[in-house]
Amino acid sequence: MSFSTLFDAPAIEPPTVDPANPDSSPRRLLTARPSVSDSVFRSVAFFAGCITVAIMLAVGVFLALRASEALGVAGFSFLVEQDWSPESQKFGIASVLFGTITIAVIAMCVAVPLALGTALLISEVAQGRMRSTLVTLVDLMAAVPSVVFGLWGVFFLQANVIPVATWISSYFGWIPLFRVADASGQALTEASAFTSSAFIAGIVVGLMVVPTQTSVMREAFSQAPIGEREAAFALGSTRWGMIRAVVLPFGRGGIIGGTMLGLGRALGETIAVYMIISPIFTINWEVLKTGTNSVSALIALRYGESSSFGLSALMAAGLVLFLITLVINFTASSIVARSRSGAESD
Amino acid sequence: MTITHAPNITHAATSTCTTNDTHTTTIPAYDGTPIGPRRRVRGARLDDRFNVLGAAAAGIAVAVLLFGWITPLSGGVGWALVAYLAFLGFYALLVSFTSDAQEVKDRVMAVLLSSAGVVLFGALVFVVAFTLIRGQEALPHLNFFIQSMELAGPLDGLDLGGIVHAILGTLMQISMALAVTIPLGITTALFLNEVGGRFARFVRTISDAMTALPSIVAGLFVYSAIIVLITHQRSGFAAAMAITVMMLPIVIRASDIVIRLVAGNLREAAYALGSTRWATIWYVVLPTARPGLATAVILGTARGIGETSPVLLTSGVTAVTNLNPFAGPMISLPLQVFDFVKSPEPTMIARGFGTAAILILLVLTLFALARLIGGTGPGQLSRRRRLRVDAASERDLQRMSVRGDLGPGITGTNSMLRPTSSPTDLTTKETSS
Repeated sequence: MSFSTLFDAPAIEPPTVDPANPDSSPRRLLTARPSVSDSVFRSVAFFAGCITVAIMLAVGVFLALRASEALGVAGFSFLVEQDWSPESQKFGIASVLFGTITIAVIAMCVAVPLALGTALLISEVAQGRMRSTLVTLVDLMAAVPSVVFGLWGVFFLQANVIPVATWISSYFGWIPLFRVADASGQALTEASAFTSSAFIAGIVVGLMVVPTQTSVMREAFSQAPIGEREAAFALGSTRWGMIRAVVLPFGRGGIIGGTMLGLGRALGETIAVYMIISPIFTINWEVLKTGTNSVSALIALRYGESSSFGLSALMAAGLVLFLITLVINFTASSIVARSRSGAESD
Repeated sequence: MTITHAPNITHAATSTCTTNDTHTTTIPAYDGTPIGPRRRVRGARLDDRFNVLGAAAAGIAVAVLLFGWITPLSGGVGWALVAYLAFLGFYALLVSFTSDAQEVKDRVMAVLLSSAGVVLFGALVFVVAFTLIRGQEALPHLNFFIQSMELAGPLDGLDLGGIVHAILGTLMQISMALAVTIPLGITTALFLNEVGGRFARFVRTISDAMTALPSIVAGLFVYSAIIVLITHQRSGFAAAMAITVMMLPIVIRASDIVIRLVAGNLREAAYALGSTRWATIWYVVLPTARPGLATAVILGTARGIGETSPVLLTSGVTAVTNLNPFAGPMISLPLQVFDFVKSPEPTMIARGFGTAAILILLVLTLFALARLIGGTGPGQLSRRRRLRVDAASERDLQRMSVRGDLGPGITGTNSMLRPTSSPTDLTTKETSS
């Protein structure tokens, strides 16, 4: 591409003015005919946009079409049936969806305090080089592959967290959520009852989603207006007082949005969960006890052995998961966008 | 605050009144002015530090005491938790000796925030270091890098077999994915920003929606759309397609943001010089956004390399080197990690950690590269590039002045406007001046 194209804009002919009657001069044409390079660029870019949309829509439409076969057979029972055996037409995502949500909720309990604290640390406490180092580390953490987190969870965290889980269940076992009991209601204390639980998977997934949440929250906090900050200090507030009175209210949208974006990622996380949990197909309220499941782990577990109909059932499960994360993501980004536009004050 | 620079005008005025009529401006002498010690407004006081140290010592002591005597707790995590809680309590107590409730709250919250940061980064460093340390067992063996697992059985020692097939597989898959993602992603981002319109908004919405696609569902899509319906076998190509579906929205979104950040006045300057839309994009927008675009692509690559779940369904597991992406299974690094650690054999697990260590080093390298390239914002130049730009504008100035001397007939608009070197000069002069 030579530089001459910079100047090959269409020449505009000078209007011819009739000296006798100046009002009769033709109107100047202000629209320009696009140059060749422009129209080529325009159509190439449009084409790229079309391909992108086509790929994306193909995923969605294909999922929906293939899933409809299984959904048509299962009907409403797809949402309430716990078992997963498509061969006998008896399948549903109640237990896997429950497991997915349990793991995600535990992940949020781990991630949100960490992300909130780190975001405030970066935006309010740390200065200069320290701050940029911390920001880099958060970004780096987002790039660590999930299989590495899974390895860490299986080979290190599991052994070290089981004593804590045992302790929680022996002292807070009277809360049904923390109870670990066998079928007859007898409380279990041996370590093997606590391995591969939703609790451990939740901790690992929580660590994985912290960077997403931290960066959204940090951005929202750093946009809290300087005038209100200084006003709070001038009224004699401490730094924490200023954070509570100014930064947190202004950053509320960022906190909610960041939490939800992290939740979306936690729901879809596959490989770390798959490595840690031992899959079961019943609803397990005892989060510390061995055995849980998630939609993505179900897909990873069953895709190979599935018949065409079984694949369609897995598609349906994937579609439900996708719809949930889609709703969460859109809600989150609209909350973040709204808080951004409204937070400015001068 | 002491004023060291006395305003010159008043000084001169007073001096004219008292002494002779010379209208000179004199600078006051600094010699006699005392400069007090610089006050530090940040930083911890001595008793703050002692509060932290004392509370930490007390917390550790309490935890040791509790674990030795009272509770049946065991394990490092529990010990650390108890010590930390005791530390917080003691710290609040120590601060409250000298301060009011507001300040106690402030100090305790500062400690809480800092400890959130310490826990997070401790976990990050620990996760990475744990993998690297456990990987040390396999990494010193040279055969680990140059052999495949073709001849090595599960019971063989670490001096036989390696992961060269997985390294090659990862490189081929990510190259294929990038070959689709880079042109398509950046062109789409250009379409979103430079063309615009209702359809562009629709494209943006759809690609935002696709960032929510769980990676396993992307794998399932490729598995059932390409493998089951068309190729009937797992292949590197299918894995690359799955990675592409995952990476494309990430790259589009990141490039979209970077291109949107290109300053509007640069574009307007280009249009004002009469350039076409395409010339503006090629000579102004893309060069200005280049570091950011490189960062977007590299970070997308780092994510794509680490993805396991879409590859799990599409690439298939193999122990031999396969260089044909269209036929036969082709394993990649993350999947190889996953496959190794499924085995109960200690040597296989050691190989798994070694593979994970290589994967992490790869991601770290990519990340450092992204920082190196994308660390500077648009318009900020490195020292060498600034020198080059300065030299170019020096040449321009000389050329223009030489032509100017020849007479008015030669300095037409054309020769004035024609840039000699790349138009990044236009952009950089604009921002640096």
